[in-house]
Parts: sequence; structure tokens; C-alpha cells
Amino acid sequence: MSFLQSLLIWPDRLLPSLLVLLLIAVPFLYAARAPMHALIKSASRAVSNPLRLGARWLADTAVRLRNRNRQVLFAHGSHEVKQSIERDFERVTMLVQRDLEGYPVLQRKLMDEITRIEEDYKKSGEVPMPPPDWVKAIESIAKIKASGDGVVEHILVEIRDALGKIYQKVVSEYRSAYQERHHILKGFLPFWRSVNQTLQQVDRNITSLQVSAAKIDANVIKLEHISARGNDVAHALASSASTQFFVAGMVMLIAFGGAYVNFKLIALPMSAMVGGGDYITETLQASEVAALVIILFETLMGLFLMETLRFTSLFPFGSITEKMRRRLMWASLTILLVLAGVEVALAVMRDTIISADVALKHQLGSAVGSAHAEAGWVTRIPTFGQMILGFTLPFALAFVAIPLETFINSGRTVLGTGLELALQGLAFVLRFTANVAKEAGRMVIMLYDVLIFAPLAIERWLWSYREGVARRNKLRPVPPLKRASGSQEAI
Amino acid sequence: MKAAATLGILGAFLFVVACAPQANHNQAVYVLIDTSGTYVREMNKAQVVVNYLLGTINPGDALAVGRVKSRSFSEKEIIAKVSLGKDPIAANAQKRAFSEQFADFTKIERQAKGSRYTDITGGIIQAAEYLNETQAGRKTIVIFSDMQEELDYKTVRDIPIKLDGIRVVALNVTKLDADNIDPRRYLDRLEWWEKRARTAGASDWKVVNDMEHLDRIFKKNG
Repeated sequence: MSFLQSLLIWPDRLLPSLLVLLLIAVPFLYAARAPMHALIKSASRAVSNPLRLGARWLADTAVRLRNRNRQVLFAHGSHEVKQSIERDFERVTMLVQRDLEGYPVLQRKLMDEITRIEEDYKKSGEVPMPPPDWVKAIESIAKIKASGDGVVEHILVEIRDALGKIYQKVVSEYRSAYQERHHILKGFLPFWRSVNQTLQQVDRNITSLQVSAAKIDANVIKLEHISARGNDVAHALASSASTQFFVAGMVMLIAFGGAYVNFKLIALPMSAMVGGGDYITETLQASEVAALVIILFETLMGLFLMETLRFTSLFPFGSITEKMRRRLMWASLTILLVLAGVEVALAVMRDTIISADVALKHQLGSAVGSAHAEAGWVTRIPTFGQMILGFTLPFALAFVAIPLETFINSGRTVLGTGLELALQGLAFVLRFTANVAKEAGRMVIMLYDVLIFAPLAIERWLWSYREGVARRNKLRPVPPLKRASGSQEAI
Repeated sequence: MKAAATLGILGAFLFVVACAPQANHNQAVYVLIDTSGTYVREMNKAQVVVNYLLGTINPGDALAVGRVKSRSFSEKEIIAKVSLGKDPIAANAQKRAFSEQFADFTKIERQAKGSRYTDITGGIIQAAEYLNETQAGRKTIVIFSDMQEELDYKTVRDIPIKLDGIRVVALNVTKLDADNIDPRRYLDRLEWWEKRARTAGASDWKVVNDMEHLDRIFKKNG
């Protein structure tokens, strides 16, 4: 028999039993109404108040975190823009040093060429001497009419012959003068071209400087906006950080794929170096750990190389000298080259091991001593492929440093924003639960009153009856009291 | 700081990995080949099995082949044994030499007359002794026989044997003429051997008659 059944008056008749129990309980419930209401309210408050407190604390923490995130975001954005400006300035400095240092020489060359062109121009401008005065005499002779006189005819023929010779000489001189001028003009061409090229070079340098200056201007404006700490800039920076985070994440995933291929490439031959069949953990072989260590070393050297080449700034290398930085760079590059060489050797060894294994299995599977076909150069292609892969993958892994830096830097912003959202969401849930608890308390009070509706109705009726009686007593005139001695005076 | 934290995590990982308890992952296999009576004709199949096992074992593993004769509890009955080195290339050379050594044995054994009696128990005790000496993580006795034990009156083999942690695989258990007349003999024989192996503490007992199913026995456990 269950506990509920033991409470029932008629265990086989549930509803009448419950009704009778309710009837018995109603007077007690009515009597305990006020303390029960207080108890329910107190219980409801005991649940809702801590929840509201927690919600408020979470909301405050979310606000503090948002402010901190904004500070970090602005600091990071400002740092990036400053770095960009620094790089632009470096570029401008380099341009100025490279191009403007050569400007005096360039100017001298330009001036020399212009002077030369000017002189040549002047030379080409020297016109030949005008026709001599005797031309006028010839014009006068030409006006003489043919009279048929033999002497005159003879004189005219003589004059014509003389003139013909002179004419030919003059024309020849004139032509040679023009030829000479054309020759001078032709000599202009290389100088013009040189001047043109020099001016184009100057134009390019100036344009490059202008572009760099425009970039610096844009970055300075951006820095000003960041310093102003506006909401628009904050949104733009956060959005940029999210994009960078996901892009860097994708690149890192691809890099992990490359690292896995690299691992598979060197894990087997490493067993020849550190011993196959040795286990460090339940499932991890010593050769696999050795391969992993090599890959991690390659990645580490790649990180150092990128750092010393100033592509990244993950390590605090700012305090070291330029000479030391160069030494570190060469050391990293050398170690990376050595590791790449080791990988090439391991690739060859892997191929040898696999070939030996295949040959042994072939021998075990067939009759002992059967002749093997001679391997041609085509079968060596996979070996070369593995060697090339073994050499290039360490350098490809070195570039992981760049997306890794972006991933870490943008990860702070994305993680901060995510945490802020989570705190806000949790605060909302707590506040919602607190309200639900509060309203549930009210509902329980109402339900309690519903259970004892009958005595409450009687109570209300009694109250209204008493009020009605009191109202009626107030409206009725008070009758005079009669004296016991029969006097008419009212009290 | 970021780099220091990364290096720290890496160092901690390597420390944990290095300090983790190490288990022996090597395996040792002892193949008992019945050379008694008419079973000697199954030598070709035995060579296939040994070659298959050579193909599956890894550097660091051990393999031995012993024969079952009238009295098999002797080191002299170990035909060939090898403990593979850690270097895969050297291990390949060892496997090749082992295969050739076993091939020579089969050539001789094919022409020889089978032994009169069959002392499987003695062979099993010898195999267990060898396997326990190897201290391998996984130990297997492969019995290539019809599992019909026949002993002379002087040989005592009804003694308790110890096969703790050893897996026993009965391979190519051929049916005798008497088994064909009454299959219960065959089934009872196998049941008796299984009971004996399990009583001796064997970790597992398997019967494989189809060579194609060897993968199922050896590949799964590496």
C-alpha cells in the first residue's frame, strides 16, 4: 500500500476520499492562510532574489568585459595602424634615400642633355645665306627681248650657261645645308628619348611617393578615428578581427593538413632511427613522437625565422640588437635547411623501407628465388616526389607563423566578444528564472486561496454583512432614551 | 609570453608522455608443426602459414618454429627462431633469412618419413617456455596439427601445464579417417584440447581450418 493510499479514507474510491480530505483540511488551511502566504512569498523571494543578484553581477561583469574588450580592441587597432604607418614611413624613407640621393646626378644629366639639345637646336636654326645681289642683274637681263641679233644671242647664251653653273652650285650648297640640319635634328632623338625616360622615372618616383603619402594620410585619419574611440570604429575593428580570425583559422587548418602529410612521410623512416616497435604510451610509438618533435622543431624554427625577418611579432625581440637579430635569422634558416635535408634523407629511406617490404612480401608470397623485374626510372618518380615534398614542406610550415599571429591576436577579440555574449545570455537566463520564481510564488498563493474559496466567500459575505449593518446603524436616527423616573429629557 | 606559454604546454605534454606507464606492445609467435605420420604432407601449407606470419610481424617481435615429433619437449626441436631488431631494414633481412631457413627445412622434411608418435603436449610446454622467455606483450602458440596426440608408453604428458596469458590457435586441424566415420571424435578432440588450454590459463583458444581466415586472427591485433 502506497503512502497516498494509506491517507485515503476509501482506498478504492479516490475522488470521494480526496474530497472528504479536502473538506477536512479546508478549515485548517483557512486558519493558516496568513502564515502560509508569508511562507510562500518568502520562499519565492529566496529563489528570485539571489538569481536577480547573480543576473545583475553578470550584467555588470559583461559591461566591464565589454569596456575591457573595447580598450584591447582600440589598443590593438591603434598598434596595427601605427605599425602600418611605420612601414609606410620606412618605404618613403627608402624611396627618398634611393631616388632623391641620385637627384643631383639626374638633374646634371638632364641639364646637360637640355643644353646639348638647345645648342643643336640653334645649329639647326642657322638658315643658308640668301641669294646674292647679282640675281637682280639677271632679272634685268631677263627683261631683254630677243631681237635676232647674233651678238646679243651669243651673249645671252653665255649668260645662261654661266647662270646654269651658278644655279647648280647654289642648289647643291642649299641641299647640303639642309642635309646637315636634318642630321643635327636626327642627333636630337636619343637625347629626347633619354630626357623622356628620365622625366618618366622622376614621374614614377613622385607617384610612388604620392601613393605612400596618401596611405600615410589614410592611416593617420584611421588612427585619429581610433583615438576618438567611436562605436563605428569599434564595430569595424571587431568585424575585421572576426574575419581575420576565421581566415587565419582556415589557413591554419590547411597548414595542419600539410603537417599531417609531413608526419606520415617521416614517421615510418624514423622507426629506423629511433627503433620500431617501441611505445611511449599505450598507442604512441617512439618513432611517431620523434617525427612529431621534428615537425614541431621545424615549426619553431619557422616561427623564429618569420620573427627575425619581422613578418611577425610573437616574441619579445624588440630588445635585441640588429646584429643579434641577423644572427638569429641565419641560425633559424640554417637549422630549417638542415631539417629539410633530414626530411629528404628520410623520404629516401622511407622509399627504401617500403620497397624492401614489398620485395620481401613478394618473395614470401611466391616461390623463393624468383626473378624480379628491374625497376626503371619511372618507378623512381614517387621517390623524387617524396624528396621534393620532404624539402618543401618544412618551409611551407614556416609560413604558419603569419596566420598563427593573426589567429592569436584576433582570437583575443573574438573570444572576448564571445565571452561577453555568453555573460549577457546567462544574465538574461538568470533574470528570466528569477521572474518565473516570483510569478510562481504569486500563482501558488492564488491556488491556495482557490482551495479555501468556501471559507473565504463566507468571510467576504460576513464582512459585507457587517459593513451593511454598520452603514444602516449610521443612517438610522438615534431614539431618545426614557428616564426611569418618567422624565422627558433625553440623554 | 605567448610563445613561453606554448613552449610550456609542449614541455608539459612531453613530460606527461615520457612519464606515462609503458606497456610491452611486442608479440611473440611460436608455430608448432606436426611432422608425424601422414601429416608431414601438409608441409606446403605450413610454409604458407610461416610466410604469412613473417609478413605480419613487426620490428621487435619474435617468431619461432618448432616441430612435433615423438617427444617434442626439447630445444633441439626448435627449427628456426628470430627476434626482429628495431631497424625495419635489418628486420626485413632477418625475415628473409628465416624464410630461407624454413624453406630448407621443408625441403628435407618432405622427403623424410614422419615420426611414429605425436607429442603435442611436449611441444606446447616447449613453446610456452620460449614465449615466456621473450617477455612479449602478446604471446601466441600456433599448432599446425590434426591434434591427435599419440605417445609411447614411456612418455609422461598427463601433467598440468601452464599457458598463462598465451593465446592458442589450432590451425589446419585435418579430419582423420576415424573422424569421418564418427564426427563426434573430431569434435570431442577439439573440445578436450580447448578445455585443457583454458584450464592451463590460456587467454584464448581458436580453431582455424581455412587459411583465408588467418587475417581475422592476426591482423586485428596487429
